[in-house]
Amino acid sequence: MNRQIVRLTYVALALVGALVLMTTYWQTWAAAGLADRQDNAIKRVAEFSVDRGLVFSWKPRKRLARNTQRKAERTTLFFRRYPYGSLAAHVVGYSTVERSRTGLERSLNDYLTASNASLSTLVDKALDDFRGKPVEGNDVVTNLDLDAQEVALEQLGTRCGAVVALDPRTGKVRVMASSPTFDPNLVENDFGQISRIEADCQPAAPLLNRASAGLYVPGSTFKVITAAAALESKKFKPESSFVDPGYCTVYGKRVNNFDTSSPFGTIDLEAALTYSVNSVFCNIGKALGAKRILDTAKRFGFYERPPLETPTDERAPSALYQRRQLYYPKQDPDVDAGRMAFGQERMLVTPLQMAMVAGAIGVGGNLMEPQAVDKIVGPGGRILLRQRPALIRQAVSKKTADAVATMMRLAVERGTGTAAQLSGYSVGGKTGTGETGVPGANTTWFIAFAGPDEESPAELAIAVVLQNQSGTGGATAAPIARAVMQAILS
Amino acid sequence: MTARNRELGGVLVAGVIAGTALASVTIARQSEISVSAISYGAVFLALYLAAHIVVRRTAPHADGALLPLAAVLTAFGLTLNYRLDPDDGGRQALWVLIGLGVFAAALVALRHDYRVLESYRYLFGVAAVFLLLLPSVPGLGERVNGVRLWIDLGPLRFQPGELAKICLILFLAGYLREKREVLAQGRLKDFGPLLAIWGAAMLVIVQTNDLGSALLNFGIFLAMLYVATGKALFVGAGLALFVGGAALLYNAIDRVHERVTIWLEPWTDERVFCALNGKLELRQNCASYQLVKSLYSIGNGGFGGTGLGEGTFTSTDGTQLIPALGTDFIYSAIAQELGLIGAAALLLCYMVFVARGMRIALQAQDGFSKLLAAGLTFGFALQTFVIVGGVLRLVPLTGITLPFVSYGGTSIVANFLLLAGLLLVSNRANSP
Repeated sequence: MNRQIVRLTYVALALVGALVLMTTYWQTWAAAGLADRQDNAIKRVAEFSVDRGLVFSWKPRKRLARNTQRKAERTTLFFRRYPYGSLAAHVVGYSTVERSRTGLERSLNDYLTASNASLSTLVDKALDDFRGKPVEGNDVVTNLDLDAQEVALEQLGTRCGAVVALDPRTGKVRVMASSPTFDPNLVENDFGQISRIEADCQPAAPLLNRASAGLYVPGSTFKVITAAAALESKKFKPESSFVDPGYCTVYGKRVNNFDTSSPFGTIDLEAALTYSVNSVFCNIGKALGAKRILDTAKRFGFYERPPLETPTDERAPSALYQRRQLYYPKQDPDVDAGRMAFGQERMLVTPLQMAMVAGAIGVGGNLMEPQAVDKIVGPGGRILLRQRPALIRQAVSKKTADAVATMMRLAVERGTGTAAQLSGYSVGGKTGTGETGVPGANTTWFIAFAGPDEESPAELAIAVVLQNQSGTGGATAAPIARAVMQAILS
Repeated sequence: MTARNRELGGVLVAGVIAGTALASVTIARQSEISVSAISYGAVFLALYLAAHIVVRRTAPHADGALLPLAAVLTAFGLTLNYRLDPDDGGRQALWVLIGLGVFAAALVALRHDYRVLESYRYLFGVAAVFLLLLPSVPGLGERVNGVRLWIDLGPLRFQPGELAKICLILFLAGYLREKREVLAQGRLKDFGPLLAIWGAAMLVIVQTNDLGSALLNFGIFLAMLYVATGKALFVGAGLALFVGGAALLYNAIDRVHERVTIWLEPWTDERVFCALNGKLELRQNCASYQLVKSLYSIGNGGFGGTGLGEGTFTSTDGTQLIPALGTDFIYSAIAQELGLIGAAALLLCYMVFVARGMRIALQAQDGFSKLLAAGLTFGFALQTFVIVGGVLRLVPLTGITLPFVSYGGTSIVANFLLLAGLLLVSNRANSP
């Protein structure tokens, strides 16, 4: 029987050996995947014993997130408080036991809980463990301008929409406001109050960060990209002239100007952008073809998620969408280029993306990485990470960018965007009114950049979007952009 | 060095491990070294020293590694149970005391010749069946988590399956020793006993809904049949029958179906019907809640673990996150607090125990002893595999205990009986 016993021994040892391998799998290979799961209550609870890092605004330097301590059975637990409540709720997000995390609280969780592994933090952590001290997290300093953020939310009021403002030279995000907003302090214990929030849109969706995840019909703001594509193609110049009959024919159908009663007659490209003439852009679109315009849009960052530090699913790529999926045409005729050229068709964009477009135009074509975070500071004051300005790419040539910038300046000077004029600054902008088909339910836009004069690069870029408006972008969104720009520049 | 002196050294080391582990739990929980922790360690050491002296008197030539290994395993169990619930830890300590008493009694009673047990083989066979079906007797059995494994005797909850395993091994060792030449011919009618035991295993599944103990007992049977006859054909046919039968029952019995579904797909992206509250839920929040949380516990341990007493098992308001943590899921508690290093050390203890047990089977002179030692050892290994494999999502999860470690009186006593059996066989094989 001994031969059988020896074989049985191998089987028995292999069975227990398989357990060692499987344990190794879960504790090394699969551990990160398990830790990331949303329902991982153990990881989440374990992290509440960490003295979580604070979150600061840039100007004035205030604590947007701090901790309150509570003694549990044997450890001290740290729970989040947000002293400014709903002011920066979407960017900062929340960290709770019951509803997990959002915003920077989620994407920078490793830094905030000091579980970002490096040799020195590991040693510090081990020493803290040994002393029985709670682990201290790292602080995050954001780029937010708190006063301007407040102005943006005040201006939005009960309307649904968003404001994004950034410094186009560096990509630093100064304002990221989404309306309606919510008080993150209520998420843990009184979520019902948040779900009852009402606004001028259905659903109100207060948790949605409309600034980076809200997708809207761009309307005429997209003409900035069409104009850039037209100049880049060398087929058109700012002074190229068109005849505007008040409409354009695509696929045998008439597409009207916003105001069909007074056609412009003979008009050049520069004036067409200044006065936002649909028929001109419709004909440019037909001449260029959809793919050429989309290629330029891609150079501005379309079809990719803007590389902000917030969680991936809180940022949407701007693009053509078909059945809620990204859609890219295989050939030109798949897309109605004429309508796409002035921002209709299936084009959907985020305010963050449009702020990036306006900014790149304002600084000579450089598309900078948008950054909500300035730096991350360790417990001893040591800077663990300092965000440096990063160029995504030169979106269009300086010549094209400057030519489009001039057109946008004219639009603010005497065109559709006069409500955004700011004394002492040279502002260039573009209005947009995206028709949703329901009267009084237009999506209105204003995108702009502002600099000290026409020669210098812009210091600020902004995008404002409003849902369910009866007025135009120039009348509804441009004044908001003006107020926020003033708050930042003053 | 003699086996007994090696055993003494091993028991002393186990005592130091137990004392240190218990002390570190109390330090972590109360931030002070309490006198009680040190006294627990001292009592633990005293108990095993007493057991060692009994072995020295009754089985002087027995293997010297098994008792210290059992001591280390019970030290793991006591520490973790004490850490999870000090009251459970105290009760578990009492059960270790009782288990060691039964261990000593068995050694004393069978010190001359344990082979008298062979003549009671059919009595053990009947007892095994009786014990396995006992929980399904109306009024006596108690369903825990939908599985009938327990019987309620007033203040005592008794898990007869653990003792049934020992009885089954004793029966099979006697029966197969007697019939092995006949069965080895492999004629069609020799498949009779195989079919009978397979039928019994299926009946156990139907009656108790418990896949785990059926798998365990049938696995022990196949292993011993193979050792006795050397016929791989029996093993193949037996496994095919078991898998086929289980597949049929998989469709017929909801409980079995659910266990397998949880195993195959613990996480769902879509909400599925939840039998617990009748609503649509993600499976990880309903049926597979326990398994998934246990995997999170293991994952949270990582390489080095959180440290004894430092793991996370309760939510911030103090509610338990993993049900049945002290019994079925003790391994995931160990894996979190001691990490891969500690869990691997624990499994290594099991592997050494299994290797020593099989060595005893090889050394034994007669067929009954060989079959008994091999059966006890394989049963020990397979039980470890079924429960830890279930916790690790290697096999469908079933509620059986981790030998010497899980909280539970019957399990502790049964495993001390198993240990006594192995020491008796070893003592006889090594006697000059």
